[in-house]
Amino acid sequence: MKGCVEPAYQRKVGRRVVDGPIQGYLWGKKPGPRRPPGPPRKIAMQKETPKSEARTPVLTVKNVSYYYGSKQALDDVSFEVFPGKVTALLGPNGAGKTTLFSLITRLFDAPTGRIEIVGRSAAELGSRALEPLGVVFQQPTLDLDLTVKQNLRYFAALRGLARKDADERMMRALDALDMAERVNERVRDLNGGHRRRVEIARGILHSPKLLLLDEPTVGLDVPTRTAIVRHIHELARADNVGVLWATHLFDEIEPDDDLLVLNKGRIVARGTAKDVVAETGAGDLGGAFRLLIGGDTEEDIAA
Amino acid sequence: MKPMHLVRAFNGIVWREMLRFLQQRERFFAALVRPLVWLIIFAAGFRAALGISIIPPYQTYITYDVYITPGLVAMIQLFNGMQTSLSMVYDREMGSMRVLLTTPLPRWFLLVSRLFAGVTVSLFQVYTFLLVAYFFGVELPPWGYLAALPALILTGMMFGALGMLVSSTIKQLENFAGIMNFVIFPMFFASSALYPLWKMREGSLWLYYICIYNPFTYAVELIRFAFYLEVNWQALAVVAGCLAVFLGLSVWAYDPSFGIQQRKAGAAAAA
Repeated sequence: MKGCVEPAYQRKVGRRVVDGPIQGYLWGKKPGPRRPPGPPRKIAMQKETPKSEARTPVLTVKNVSYYYGSKQALDDVSFEVFPGKVTALLGPNGAGKTTLFSLITRLFDAPTGRIEIVGRSAAELGSRALEPLGVVFQQPTLDLDLTVKQNLRYFAALRGLARKDADERMMRALDALDMAERVNERVRDLNGGHRRRVEIARGILHSPKLLLLDEPTVGLDVPTRTAIVRHIHELARADNVGVLWATHLFDEIEPDDDLLVLNKGRIVARGTAKDVVAETGAGDLGGAFRLLIGGDTEEDIAA
Repeated sequence: MKPMHLVRAFNGIVWREMLRFLQQRERFFAALVRPLVWLIIFAAGFRAALGISIIPPYQTYITYDVYITPGLVAMIQLFNGMQTSLSMVYDREMGSMRVLLTTPLPRWFLLVSRLFAGVTVSLFQVYTFLLVAYFFGVELPPWGYLAALPALILTGMMFGALGMLVSSTIKQLENFAGIMNFVIFPMFFASSALYPLWKMREGSLWLYYICIYNPFTYAVELIRFAFYLEVNWQALAVVAGCLAVFLGLSVWAYDPSFGIQQRKAGAAAAA
């Protein structure tokens, strides 16, 4: 399915289910294997979802607009996120990404439009609608004075998990992120990359159906970023989790990922990443993004 | 929402607050040293200068350090309430507040759980202070220590709710020192914590009127009467009423539809 560019942005999001091993290439770089061959590692503990359920969106945002006083932050935004897919949200500074995440996570309510998480609206159900949601914020949110285990146990309690179940899930999630050996260390003693991994482990601890990632790799070195990108794509495919990933780093987006480009509160392009690039006629994703937002400096891109 | 989910979440919030408290030992000692300085130095000097006549709930003449003890207990709780405020602003700045607010639990439940967590910490501080005060000669009726517990929970919650309300209006952590000056000290000094109200009335009529409109006065009196196994119904009504108002406003302030958190986010985004 082709990607599309404004003014035809009303078209449906193109998507297809990817079951094979990770293609794993960064844009503009030669494809190559990143890990030894074999089945993708399981990260969370959800059962496989039947294919018939795969097309039911885990997140539906429909006609959402939002104003801060007289300033419009979001303008009639609509899109869907599907299980098993990573949907990248690209946008320059002030595009409305943070506002969108705040509305989805119900830090404040959307006065117009509708937001549904696995078919349930927060406006009708209140906080209960957030049950299938996992979030990794851009800002560090771990308690620095507590250990990794204490942080995750606290979150597990907030999610209503029993202690034994929580501990089992914690060890599996940390193991998948190569952090199991650091479980008793204080977060303050971990480096930035390891803290990020703990935040991701926390985000998937309760087996969410929808995972929101707000620029989770900001400030990390390339190997750590690459590892996190790989983990998230594996998680989406292996456990059928729908992922909405706000980023401004093009190499975090795989060609088959769904892509939303947000500019000045409006979605200006969407489709699979490779289709959006093809439709703009740009040579790569960076070029396509510059064309779409009408800017060409790093400042335009940096979020 | 399953009841067991609420129980686990409540336990988790209280447990985290206790862990944080235990790891911040200096916070514990600061909370203890402050009232002890008042009791041991300030009250010792006034013991000779200020006579306390027989006023309810006291059946006999008492020394000044005995009189001042309920006020110092309330002061510990007020500081702890403001610590809740500081902790919430810190959590908001550090992002951990977002983790709490994006869980599938009602906002009111999260705020009340945080309140209880703060009260648990304050009770630990209060009873440690009373133990130390006992060795400095402040003896209360033995059952008074237990009888005061419900009053201490109620007053602790009122100050916690006040702190929560204050936290919703503080934009930055740096503003906390200003709040300390503008909330804690006027509340403490313009109350019956240091002097009986009749004495205040003799000194200054307008100060007396400030004192009787200060919720802190009623918290002190509720605790004072509870120590002597009595209930001051007027104080109970005022403390319960203030708790309801402060808590209601806090829930409103943190509500995603109406609250001032949203307006602040808007101001930040518009900037």
